[in-house]
Parts: sequence; C-alpha cells; structure tokens
Amino acid sequence: MSGNAALGEAAVLSGCTHYFGYPITPQNEITEYMARRMPGAGGVFIQSESEIAAINMVLGAAAAGARSMTSSSGPGMSLKQEGISYLVADELPAVIVNMVRGGPGMGSIAGAQSDYFQATRGGGHGDYRTIVLAPASVQELTEIVPLAFDLADKYRNPVVILGDGILGQMMEPVDFDGLVRPPDYDKPWALIGAKDRPAQSIYSLIFDVKLQEEKNWKLQRKFRLIEQNEVRFETHLVDDAEMVVVAYGIGARIAKGAIKRLREEGKKVGMIRPITLWPFPMQAIRELAKTVSDFFVFEMSAGQMVEDVRLALEGRGHVHFYGRPGGVVPMPVELYRIISRHYFQAHADDDRPQP
Amino acid sequence: MKTVYGRPKLLKEADFHYCPGCGHGIITRLLMEVIEEMDLRGDAICVAPAGCGMLLYNYFEIDVLESAHGRGAAVATGVKRVRPQNLVFSYQGDGDLAAIGTAEGFHAANRGENITVIFVNNGVYGMTGGQMAPTTLLDQVTTTTPTGRDAGLAGHPVRICEVFAQLDGTSYLERVAVNKPAAVVKAKKAIKKAFQRQVAGAGFSLVEILSPCPVNWKMGTLEACRWIDEVMVKQFPLGVFKEVPC
Repeated sequence: MSGNAALGEAAVLSGCTHYFGYPITPQNEITEYMARRMPGAGGVFIQSESEIAAINMVLGAAAAGARSMTSSSGPGMSLKQEGISYLVADELPAVIVNMVRGGPGMGSIAGAQSDYFQATRGGGHGDYRTIVLAPASVQELTEIVPLAFDLADKYRNPVVILGDGILGQMMEPVDFDGLVRPPDYDKPWALIGAKDRPAQSIYSLIFDVKLQEEKNWKLQRKFRLIEQNEVRFETHLVDDAEMVVVAYGIGARIAKGAIKRLREEGKKVGMIRPITLWPFPMQAIRELAKTVSDFFVFEMSAGQMVEDVRLALEGRGHVHFYGRPGGVVPMPVELYRIISRHYFQAHADDDRPQP
Repeated sequence: MKTVYGRPKLLKEADFHYCPGCGHGIITRLLMEVIEEMDLRGDAICVAPAGCGMLLYNYFEIDVLESAHGRGAAVATGVKRVRPQNLVFSYQGDGDLAAIGTAEGFHAANRGENITVIFVNNGVYGMTGGQMAPTTLLDQVTTTTPTGRDAGLAGHPVRICEVFAQLDGTSYLERVAVNKPAAVVKAKKAIKKAFQRQVAGAGFSLVEILSPCPVNWKMGTLEACRWIDEVMVKQFPLGVFKEVPC
C-alpha cells in the first residue's frame, strides 16, 4: 500500500469523519483515497476550491465537534497557515498532513524536508506551536495517524504530520490490525446549537491586550505541558557511539543504511531519530552529549533541524551537517562517504578545541 | 395594553458597537427576530466575519463561530457538513464576500451548500476606516479612492446576486435594503424565506442587504438612507434574482 493511501485508511479507522482537500503532488493519493473511502464509511469528503477553503472547512467541522483532516504539500501548506493560526487560537483539534516537496516557490514535486521550520515554528502569524509528528515508514505512518488525532483532541491543538513525497508514494506492507481508534473526547465547547444550554461562541479576537496576553500565556502553558509529556524519539546503536547521527523521517531511513555499513567497518556511529519534531527531543540529545562528542545532522534540506540540535546541545558537542535541498534524495552510500570523512576527521583532529 | 413590539429575547442586553446610523444594528436585530419567530434558537449557528459584523457573539443569544476574513462560506460549509440538521448562516460584508472571500462564497454557492449567506453591502470597508470595497460605486470617494473610484484603475462595483444567479448551485438570491421601514419589513421577509428554505433543504441561499454607512460615506443618517434609494439601487437593483421552486 502507498503511504498516502495507508494514511487515508488509518485516518478513517481513527474516527476521522470529515476530510477536505485540494489536489497537489505528491499527496494526491490521500485526496483520491478519501474520495473513494469516505462515503462508504459514513463520512464526508469535499474537494475544496483551494487549500485556504479546505483548512477553513476543517475549522468549521472541528468547531462543530468532528474529527477532521486535510492534507497538502509545500505550496498548499503555505496557504493553510492562516487557518492553522486560527485553529490554534480557537483551541480546535485537527490533523494536517504535509507530504513535503522541494521548495521554495513551486519548487519540485520530489520528496524533501524543507518545511521543517514552517511546521515546527508555528508557520502562521502569532505566538504558537503545532505538534509535529514525523514518521519514517508506511507502517509507522499508520501508527502515527491515530496518535495525531488523539493528541489533537487531548490538547485541543492542531497536529501536523510531516511526511515527504517519498514516504507518501512508496509502497510497503502495512498491518492495520494493531490500530486502536483513539477514545472519543467530550467536547462541551463544540458549537452544535444552544438547545439545552446557554449560547456559546468560539473566537480569537480579544481587543483588550491584557486579556489577549493572558490568553497567550494560557496557550504557552499548554505548549509547556506538551513539551513535558509528548516528546517521542527512537535511538539506534547509541550505547557505545562516538558519533550520533540526528535524522528524521525518510532521512533517518537513508542514514540507517549508511550506519549499517559504518558499523561493519567498526566505526562507532549511532543515531537518534526525533519522531516529534515539536516538541523536539532536546533533553535526549543533551543526555547523549554526556558520552558523545560528535553529532552529525542529516536533512533533505539546506539545514533546519540542525538549529534545534545546536540549541539542544548549547555548545556541548561538535555539530556536523550534511544536507541536500530541493528534492534530491541521496543514496545511503553518499551519506556513508560523508559520515566516514567527518568521523575520521573528528578522530584525527585531537587538538580541536573542546566544545 | 397590547405589546406591539419589543426587543427580541435572543438579542443580548449589550450596547451595539456600531456607529450612529449604521444598518448593521437593524440587520443584527432582524436576524434574532426571525430566529425567535421560527423557534430556531437551539438550532442556529452563526459564522461571524472579520469586519463590522465581527462582534455578533456579543449580541446573539445563539452559537457563534468566528471566521477569518473572507472564509465564512468555507467555515459554514464545515459546520453544516457536520451538523446538517442545524440552521447555519454566515454574516459577511462586501470586502469579506466580494473581495478576499470571493472564492469561498462562489464555490459554496456552486456546490449548493445548504447554508445561508447574509451579505451586508454598504459599499465601503467600514471597520478599517472607509477604504474602497469591491462594491464601491464609480466616482464614489473613499480613503483609497480620494478622487473617486476610477474604473480604469480600480474596476467596477461587483454585483454578487447577479453573478451568483448564474451558478446552477444557488437556490434563492434576493437583494433588499434597510434604509426605510418598508424596506426593513421586506428585508426581514427575505431573511425568513432564506432560513425557511434552508430548513426545507432547498440549498444555497443569499440575502444581500444594502446598508447605510453614514460615517464612512460622510453623510447624515437621513441623507445616507436617501442615497441608497437615489444612487445605490441604480447599481444594485432590489429584488429576487433567483428562486428555485422547492
């Protein structure tokens, strides 16, 4: 099954009843899958007139209490940012999928990791964060979808699934048997008509700046809570590692191939793979720095997550970086060569200043 | 003694933020009168805009959801597709529906979404201080057309009812005004008809309401009301533009 189709099926199994989307490569299989699947599942599918309309339909559906989702890629995600900012401000749950392609502008239609900043820094206007989940395989994608819906409902905040064009379009075996539909949450705030209760409203406009500041601090307290509770990552061969690769999503798959070969040669290289890009596993990387001197960041971008690694380390380790922007997907052997060189230099250069 | 008129119960005891002579206050009241008369308090969900109508939740004793500027019809689509049994209407100004949100309004209409758009046309951006709207008349002076709207530079006033009437998805389109008592009565009837049709499942309805904005038109209240009759209706004729039998 393709990653895109598997994501659609996982969404339906997670209780997503409303999907709104606009075609854009490389995620069209999600929209097409939902068009076929939703009517039979008792859900609603609308092909919207734009990404802007899609995210605002999601906002309306979420406000009315439904589990809803939209999906897109780079250029379309830029259009969705307005709506995402409102979703956060209104404290509405939603799942937004970005199957990233090379940018900026129209860019390319090949898989890339260049939307990391946009996803992890909020992306739209205002002080906010979205939870960002980065799966590395089609199977993990199907496990992350129910988690995304659960976290969205739990924290009343939009969740971004940050995949890429490769993950969306590659075919892998998938097992849905383990997929547990997230629990339904009480939504007393939902707007369903003031039948047996006083009228209520959902809005983000607060003219009084002191009250607006208070609302902002309330959101920030929620974000701190998410940082405390929801960090997810995976480590690979870090126990004896002298160099740790930091990579996520499909980049981590490529890095794993390179690390296998490095290990065969006796080079002590491991990996940490953030699964939540926000909240970022700051503490885990800081812990690793107690025994590891060198961190090698690999991204399919010109270097975005590397800034979070530097922030996490606060100068406690040497940071190496290799990136391929624009939609280029390097082979493991390319990464193997680059990591080998950096590994060798790190060992050869005993006189380099301590980090 | 018989009470012949009173404040609608669904209109909260709050002071309107609208400027003196503004038509929004009348439209705000009419909506609550109609919903009260139709006994739809528990069913109605309003999608409020950015613009002069943005504080409707301060006045309406029904559920209200804020929309980003121009996105009302898309937001209302989302709500209605979850709650088809509810009365869902968006309240949108001319900048909201006919400029920044044209795509969302047009395509909700074209899909035949079973929602109602209350479209308040006062020919200016009121909340931001009187800039040109898509519905500003030719030669009309605004803060961004200081020598009057020039078609060569700024295009022509947009007639939403006439444009939407061409869409097969629309079911009921009427243009009314709130500049004199007889017109207000007609406006109320049009709103009620639109809501009744939505309840009956007839599909997309839109009531365009010509509304005075004396402050930004730089006119007295009476003068503004007269200007609607004497000038504005020539560009925006009143009447029913579409009524598909249901």
